Amino acid sequence: MFDSAILFPSLLNGITTGAVYALIALGLTLIYGVLHIINFAHGAALMVALYAVYLLKQHWGIDPYLALPLVVPGMFALGYALQRLIINRSSHGKDENILLVTLGISIVLENAALLLFKSDTRTIDTAYTLTTVAIGPAMIALPKLVAFAGALVVSALLLWIVGKTDLGRAIRAVAKEKHGAKLMGIDVDHVYAMSFGIGLACLGAAACFLLPAYYVNPQVGSGFVLVAFTVVVLGGMGSFGGALLGGLLIGVVESLGGLYLGESLGQIGIFAIFIAVLLFRPQGLFGARI
Amino acid sequence: MTGGLRDLVSIAAFVLLVATIPLVTDSGVVLNFVMMALYAALLGQAWNILGGFGGQFSFGHALFFGTGAYLQAMAQLHGGINAWLALALAVAGSAGIGALVGALTFRYGLKGSYFALVTLAFAEVFRILALSVPFTGAGVGLMLPLQESFINMQFGSRKGYLYLVLAFVAAALLVTWWLKNSRFGAYLQAVRDNEDAARAIGVNPFGVKLGAIALSAGFMGAGGAFYVQVFQYIDPGIAYGPAVSVEALVAAIVGGMGTLWGPLLGALVLHLLADVTRNLFGQLPGINMVIYGVVLVLIVMFLPRGIAGLGATVSALWRKRQKESGDRRG
Repeated sequence: MFDSAILFPSLLNGITTGAVYALIALGLTLIYGVLHIINFAHGAALMVALYAVYLLKQHWGIDPYLALPLVVPGMFALGYALQRLIINRSSHGKDENILLVTLGISIVLENAALLLFKSDTRTIDTAYTLTTVAIGPAMIALPKLVAFAGALVVSALLLWIVGKTDLGRAIRAVAKEKHGAKLMGIDVDHVYAMSFGIGLACLGAAACFLLPAYYVNPQVGSGFVLVAFTVVVLGGMGSFGGALLGGLLIGVVESLGGLYLGESLGQIGIFAIFIAVLLFRPQGLFGARI
Repeated sequence: MTGGLRDLVSIAAFVLLVATIPLVTDSGVVLNFVMMALYAALLGQAWNILGGFGGQFSFGHALFFGTGAYLQAMAQLHGGINAWLALALAVAGSAGIGALVGALTFRYGLKGSYFALVTLAFAEVFRILALSVPFTGAGVGLMLPLQESFINMQFGSRKGYLYLVLAFVAAALLVTWWLKNSRFGAYLQAVRDNEDAARAIGVNPFGVKLGAIALSAGFMGAGGAFYVQVFQYIDPGIAYGPAVSVEALVAAIVGGMGTLWGPLLGALVLHLLADVTRNLFGQLPGINMVIYGVVLVLIVMFLPRGIAGLGATVSALWRKRQKESGDRRG
């Protein structure tokens, strides 16, 4: 049962999936860390990005990886506009309202996709979809390997933006003390919208890396959204390092859970972790903030 | 007449009025519309007890709906229990699950977004469990055999079901009235508005919230049992999927949280909207939910107190404008 010939590929599979989870969770944790809101529309936004990648490939033959410079700015613009035009205007000073508005946005996006694309599950074919690479005794699909590397690169880029740039300094200032930041001349609403935009841009990148080895349907986001929430609460809300480690951990748990318990019960492992962490350690395992 | 008495009289008048609808019309369309609107109102009322009066926003009320629905179906199919006894079991069972989830989450002080997330996760866990174990019929679901008779809670026409759901709605109205006029209700609203202050004056927030979630879950379970009796079928997606959770909270929020008539108003408006669009665009998958989502966003943006709070929102705006123009003149 603990045969390394089965265990090792499963572990590898978990880590590569986990890297994409981490990328999705990074966007969520950035939004939470700065705006102190939980973006319920995160999964639906990922679904939108996946459809964008799908349509670019089907209608214009644009390779998913080459679609990155289109999808990432597109998702950034969507996020910026959503925050500026809808979410920011509906808070009325209460966090609950933001929770409800992002829930409303996710309902609209998911069901608009259902209207436009029906509930069919769609995939794309690329020359490298079925290519596999040998790592030690394990064979792994090339797109998963690319997704792993891509997720790490984008995560590093995000850490650099938040850590080293002026925008990043403004983001951290607003996250810590928004009134103080405002007094220092920072346009808080702009920083909020930038953070939301960057959070959704991460989803754009994740979608480009995911689709060659994955599928899209209107409900695809809801599967990811709980996983992303789990990663974020596991790593500590607002913690980047936590999101990265949490993502890898959840990827491995899912993969091993699926191996030993079967596909659907394996998912329960994730939710069990989620509920347990929320109940016993809501500050997360690592607990650090931006 | 005091406000409490006036509310009781209006509840009685409302129930009598709706009860006469089946006497004056046989139109299947009308009866079906009233029945489904009342059913949606029941879900909204259930959510309103915990979300509106208790301030605890659950995104996973399907957990209680599904538990009620499965208990109703399983008690009859596997236990050979009479449908009315099964209903009692379904309500008690969902209330029990509600108390259990409440005991876990409130014990650790979860609130706000964390509470919303954990209820969502619980509903999802139950959906996967229902998909995986044999006694829920797994993905195939459970089908109730057709045996029309009052004893089996299966009625030949929509009329019987309309009266059944009307009885549930009336009970929920009375409980909501009680929340508005009782000590327990006052405690609950105090905890919603400021938990620390409530504790300081001797309210036990844990016990109060526990009572509210059990009540709320019980009514949600009645909604699930009603669903099974009407459609004679349940599967994991219907029972524990997000659609029911959304329907419950949207009705309450659109109508007005923490009010007596809000969920009824909300359910009525939403079902009217859904029917109008169905007539305009035909039966398209997802269109209802798109409308629900848009209405939810618009209401939170422009009418945070819901339709029932329309008067208060407008008069607050009016006073603000008066004051501003007064300030300008002064």
